[in-house]
Amino acid sequence: MERPLTQHIHPDGTTRTLREYVKTGGYSSLQRLSSGLAPKDLQRLVSDAGLRGRGGGGFLTGTKWSFVPMGANAQKPKYIVANGDEMEPGTFKDRVLMEGDPHGLVEGMILAGYAIDAEVGYIFLRGEYHLSAQRLTEAIAEAYAAGYLGKTLPGTDFRFDLHLHASAGRYICGEETALINALEGKRAVPRAKPPFPQTVGLWGKPTVVQNVETLYNIPHIVNQGADWYHRLSRTQDGGTKIYGISGCVANPGWWELPLGTTAREVLEQYAGGMADGVRFRGLLPGGISTAFMTEEHLDLPLDFSSIPPEVGRLGTATMIVLDDHTCPVGFVLNLEKFFARESCGWCTPCREGLPWVAKLLMSFEEGRATSEDLSLLKMHTKWLAPGHTFCGLAPGAMAPLQSALKYFHDDFERHISTRGCPWSKKLSQQRILV
Amino acid sequence: MLSDTERRELEDAVKHYPDKRGATIDALLTIQRRRGWISDDTLLEIAQFLEITVEDVDSVATFYNLIFRKPVGRHVAFVCDSISCWIKGCEQVQEQIKTLYNADLGQTSPDGRLTVLPIACLGHCERAPALMIDQDVYGNVTPEKIEQIVEKYK
Ligand SMILES: Cc1cc2nc3c(=O)[nH]c(=O)nc-3n(C[C@H](O)[C@H](O)[C@H](O)COP(=O)(O)O)c2cc1C
Ligand code: SF4
Ligand code: FES
Repeated sequence: MERPLTQHIHPDGTTRTLREYVKTGGYSSLQRLSSGLAPKDLQRLVSDAGLRGRGGGGFLTGTKWSFVPMGANAQKPKYIVANGDEMEPGTFKDRVLMEGDPHGLVEGMILAGYAIDAEVGYIFLRGEYHLSAQRLTEAIAEAYAAGYLGKTLPGTDFRFDLHLHASAGRYICGEETALINALEGKRAVPRAKPPFPQTVGLWGKPTVVQNVETLYNIPHIVNQGADWYHRLSRTQDGGTKIYGISGCVANPGWWELPLGTTAREVLEQYAGGMADGVRFRGLLPGGISTAFMTEEHLDLPLDFSSIPPEVGRLGTATMIVLDDHTCPVGFVLNLEKFFARESCGWCTPCREGLPWVAKLLMSFEEGRATSEDLSLLKMHTKWLAPGHTFCGLAPGAMAPLQSALKYFHDDFERHISTRGCPWSKKLSQQRILV
Repeated sequence: MLSDTERRELEDAVKHYPDKRGATIDALLTIQRRRGWISDDTLLEIAQFLEITVEDVDSVATFYNLIFRKPVGRHVAFVCDSISCWIKGCEQVQEQIKTLYNADLGQTSPDGRLTVLPIACLGHCERAPALMIDQDVYGNVTPEKIEQIVEKYK
């Protein structure tokens, strides 16, 4: 099984230097640019490869690039931005890449920059990733010294500058238009779309924001081609994916696997099944803005096209497992408290609705809830549905709630009838100890 | 007043952006690294340097959880309270910190050594529960290990 993104990452957690990176073929993709691969050709190659954005949305990368104005009349400068905000709870895949192989991101950024004819790139990194920041800073300095950055690429008139921007917290910065405001030094609230960043982005100029893992794929597509890239995957979406798992499983971790691997395989073959003494009840497939999946969904191929919309979506592919020693209501309460705290406060339904949802869930845990509260929770999943709020944060917050109300309905009811949380402190203590 | 070193660091940061204001976060983080927190006076110095209003700088400073608008202890402990860490007992970790150092979430220990703050998922969920002290991340933390971990931060 090929693992192009992670095969060279050191298991001991140390990073890879420029010398090591070049020795295993690093930066060789730039020769393709020098020998005549035009920006439009690169866009087509990435489209043919079927690369979909790894930030959670799964948008086709080549298509996204095709909206950027090209040619002599296009506004300048254009910008390419790597989204390394990675604050979606349960998600740690971009960190693995940036810490383990920082030059892969630099090379991916140069290629993406070339594809849209952007002369400047920013890596937007969440403030808590200090080790990634240190290693990326070193990698960028090495790439400048070696002439990959800051010099005209031989055989082309393309010159690329790359900067690291370390942020200072707040989940909303990962939303691409909030990220653009953050980079401009403004309060990080989202912007209205349209216009989309591809035409009016950073400082009003054409801008593409791309997830870190997405960018790591591009050098390999350039080196080995679209057909090879499709063969890596088991389904119609191209490539591999970093799958992760956390919660009460025997062996939490991450693995680069073909797109279309099932949750059952990740859980049973890679994570070694559930931890001793606890049983599986459900999982969020990719961060907390995705809907629960239960036993009946475990054999669905996990990719961007195979999960039926009524079931949910893949998200970041780093799953979080719910076990039988954990109260599903308490679990969802933790998620909604996160969303309420991280709401940027710009639009009323989200700013007011999320704390309300959290309070309602708290009333279940504390034994004060009535069936009216249950219907209020259900109403919120409609009031905060897509289209009712200014950005995707609040609808994302409703995905786990709505699915929990469906799959764990009896547990919500039991909180009402027994006036409290049926999961005793002792039971949760047992879970923590396994 | 900004010291010469601070000024030099800010001048470097500004170079990365076509508009000085882009360096607001860099400026806040850089100065905070030296002074521990962002006072009203600091805010004004940064605003003057970036040639924007104090309100502009404060609207950014108050938005981000890693910018401190109040003094903090000599060290800051960030306890992850997101889902994977919650499943694995972050509440017990936080309780133990409170017992040992007499500081609840949002408080500083009476000896000024440690400020304790909650933080969103630290991206180390496979090693939950996770804890970050200053810039160092610790995984698989148990209440029993806290004292030994914090030992290093005097
Ligand atoms: C509230 C919110 C938070 C987000 N956080 C991230 C993030 O941390 N990293 C990321 O890559 N995308 C995040 N996104 C998605 C981005 O807006 C954007 O779609 C993505 O970076 C595009 O990259 P891709 O096409 O390569 O996936 C977030 C979206 C929302 C609504
Ligand atoms: S949905 Fe929430 S996070 Fe998004 S703009 Fe509205 S208040 Fe801000
Ligand atoms: S949930 Fe705590 S590190 Fe991710």
